[in-house]
Amino acid sequence: MDKYIWLIPLLPLAGFIINGIGRNSLSKNTIGFIASLLVFASFALSVGAFLQIKSTGLPINVTVFDWFAVDNFKVPFSFLVDQLSSIMLLIITGVGFLIHLYSIGYMHDDNGFGKFFAYLNLFVFFMLLLVMGSNYLIMFIGWEGVGLCSYLLIGFWYTNPSYADAAKKAFVMNRIGDLGFLIGIFLIFTYFGSITYADVFSKAAGMHSKDAPFVLITLMLFVGAVGKSAQLPLFTWLPDAMAGPTPVSALIHAATMVTAGIYMIARSNILFTMAPDTMEVIAIVGLVTATFAALIALTQTDIKKVLAYSTVSQLGYMFLGLGVGAYTGAFFHVLTHAFFKALLFLGAGSVIHAVSGEQDMRNMGGLKGKLPITFITMLVGTIAISGIPPFAGFFSKDEILAHAFMHSTTFYVVGVITAMFTSFYMFRMLYLTFYGKFRGTTEQEHHLHESPSNMTIPLIILAILSAVGGFIGVPESLGGHHELEHFLAPVFERSTKIMGEQTLPKNTEWVLMAVSVLGAIAALGYAYSKYVKKADIPVAETEERPALVSLSYHKFYIDELYDTLIRKPLDALSVFLYKVVDLLGIDDFINGLGKGTIEASKGLRLLQTGNVGSYIFMMIIGIIAILVYSFISIHNIK
Amino acid sequence: MQSLTNTMQAVPLNNYILLSAIIFSIGVIGVLIRRNAIVIFMSVELMLNAVNLLLAAFSVYRGDATGQVFVFFIMALAAAEVAIGLAIIVMIYRNTNSIDINVLNRLKW
Amino acid sequence: MNTFYFIAFLSIFFSILVISAKSPVHSILYLILTFFTFTIHYILLNAQFLAIVNFIVYMGAILVLFLYTLMLINLNKEAEPVKSNLVKLAAVIGGGCFLITIVASLKLLNVSPGVSLQNPGLGLVKNLGKVLFNEFLLPFEVSSILLLSAMVGAVLLATKEPKSAA
Repeated sequence: MDKYIWLIPLLPLAGFIINGIGRNSLSKNTIGFIASLLVFASFALSVGAFLQIKSTGLPINVTVFDWFAVDNFKVPFSFLVDQLSSIMLLIITGVGFLIHLYSIGYMHDDNGFGKFFAYLNLFVFFMLLLVMGSNYLIMFIGWEGVGLCSYLLIGFWYTNPSYADAAKKAFVMNRIGDLGFLIGIFLIFTYFGSITYADVFSKAAGMHSKDAPFVLITLMLFVGAVGKSAQLPLFTWLPDAMAGPTPVSALIHAATMVTAGIYMIARSNILFTMAPDTMEVIAIVGLVTATFAALIALTQTDIKKVLAYSTVSQLGYMFLGLGVGAYTGAFFHVLTHAFFKALLFLGAGSVIHAVSGEQDMRNMGGLKGKLPITFITMLVGTIAISGIPPFAGFFSKDEILAHAFMHSTTFYVVGVITAMFTSFYMFRMLYLTFYGKFRGTTEQEHHLHESPSNMTIPLIILAILSAVGGFIGVPESLGGHHELEHFLAPVFERSTKIMGEQTLPKNTEWVLMAVSVLGAIAALGYAYSKYVKKADIPVAETEERPALVSLSYHKFYIDELYDTLIRKPLDALSVFLYKVVDLLGIDDFINGLGKGTIEASKGLRLLQTGNVGSYIFMMIIGIIAILVYSFISIHNIK
Repeated sequence: MQSLTNTMQAVPLNNYILLSAIIFSIGVIGVLIRRNAIVIFMSVELMLNAVNLLLAAFSVYRGDATGQVFVFFIMALAAAEVAIGLAIIVMIYRNTNSIDINVLNRLKW
Repeated sequence: MNTFYFIAFLSIFFSILVISAKSPVHSILYLILTFFTFTIHYILLNAQFLAIVNFIVYMGAILVLFLYTLMLINLNKEAEPVKSNLVKLAAVIGGGCFLITIVASLKLLNVSPGVSLQNPGLGLVKNLGKVLFNEFLLPFEVSSILLLSAMVGAVLLATKEPKSAA
């Protein structure tokens, strides 16, 4: 298997090149077929790698070539596939393949079909680089590459200025995080003399927590993760990123790219374990983000925006998990979240497809009968995200909450409340979309149809995964073995050794589970009574809302806050620099030099009378001056 | 000839230098005060001759023939210069109908 | 010795007349006289070859060329506008300063030996010819090219262009 590892990222790159070059000449079917097939081939190879690692328990480390070497500092272009990255590979290629398949149907009428698949393949390539790299530099290449692809795909319909702005916003926000990540890498190199995972981690594990500025390094890495994974305060780009085509939202902004931050922290777990202060910060940021985004999601009316804030909220959960030391739990949630959030996005895409591009839930409703497959699969996804057993979300979320409880009761309580919010807004979305009567135009109503099979098949597969995906991590308190934890154990071995094994009494764990499940069901019930029984529809844009609802609807005015706090002062500074420093200072100085030269020349040119006599006269004066000078110097010598 | 030369024995070198300087300065003044191009040209010739005389005097003083060879070259040069210069003056006169150098004031800006 | 001072006085006197004469024709005539005094100076220095060359080339050829030019231009009328007195004064002061500087430098050098002729044959044609055709052969040949090009240039400049003339 080792021999073919390099093919995993290379195949999507080949797809990018083929589709990029042939985007105008190849037929749509060919493009879709090539793109999907290559990703599927990568998936098959990933399965092979996964099975090998599962059986041998040893990571695969392959050096493709030596990239560059400066003195003692060598950067090999090498891949590391261990337990952690093999699962990421499965998610990326597996979910990626399903989404490619789905996109063939979804994007069928789009003019940029070839371009879309080329970008999508490129994204998969960079994402694979990110998770497969065996050092931070390769990860950084992938990190930047996915940011680029994200930018390209958010701005895919770039003729719409607001979409192009959203792309720019995502890019800029990501850059802020990237800078932190880069500084983190520099610090790692400074203190460990290497950026290869194996070297850094083994050195770090042997150190005392005061030997190196772990807190600083990890905080910098965390800043990178905050940018990429859309946490407070850099989360506002993710909801705007919904400007991209829905499959992009599903693949990049739900299942894979945004989890890169979690992957990176899980990968560097030993560094973070050495810095408990950073862990605390991560937990708090994650928790606040989870709650905050959930609050915003409560009142959104755009179906994709609801899902986007839900994604931010779930990512917050994952960071909470990382922060409280539940690396496995956080990663488990990455896995299940990839299934159900991709499912929900694709389902939403199917709905949008059916109602001719409408995204506002106020103009939907009653789609249950018209889109049965979409409805059932989305129901599965909704149940899964709400944390109702035995669907996938329950297990992963419960594991995080259990660890949060061990860490601090407050974290747990806030987490459960957020879980209730999650349940509420997800079912609200479901009810508004599929129940009641259709509220759109009659034209849209005539057009309603179930999506073609190449769109529904990925939905069904993902629905099955969302339903049963949780069983790989059934906790021991419920009579399971938590296969995932055992599988991942080697990756987190060093951290576990430092933190120690933490377990709760089974009774406590049952109570915690019961509380969160009951909370979710209660929220479900409230949503049912509000949106199905009373058929309460969110009011139109212009109408008055109660203060708190309005606050949530307007996203707590975060964008406006950033606008006032950061953009406007920057604008003012720019205007000041332009008007005062540039126009008055620099320009006047430069122009003054020019003008001074011109004026001086105007005066001086009068000396040039054009009269030969005066020229000679001046020449004589010059000769006299030279003679006098030499006379004086001779005199001085004597 | 021999007796003539002997009478020269006592003339100090300084006097030759002084004579050359005076004639050279007269040439300079001539260039400055006259506007007739031909007269200016003649003043230049005066200056050249002052230098020639000085070179010859030094040549004799040092007993080195090189100085006189130089005078010879300067004369050749002066002949060439005069030929060209006068041709230019004739051209100027044809074009402007004047050899007043103040008319030729295009050499500016 | 007194001969030198007399001739020197004549040189200065005639050269002043050259620059102060109103008519260019008179200037040329005074210049001929000046050059004649120079010829005498050369003879006094026993530079016979130079004296002859000066006599033939300068007084004969060059000054005749001046006269011819004047004749071609036909500028015997005293039409030359006189420069203002201020300019003249400035010019004289400038020239005077020039002279003073040179003389001052001369005084500084403080050498005043007599010019004595160690080698009586120094300025003779035979001696000069040897130097000229040995050490200075190349410059001599180059100067012939200079004269040739001057001739070509003069012809080129002085001939009327057929097109512009028509």
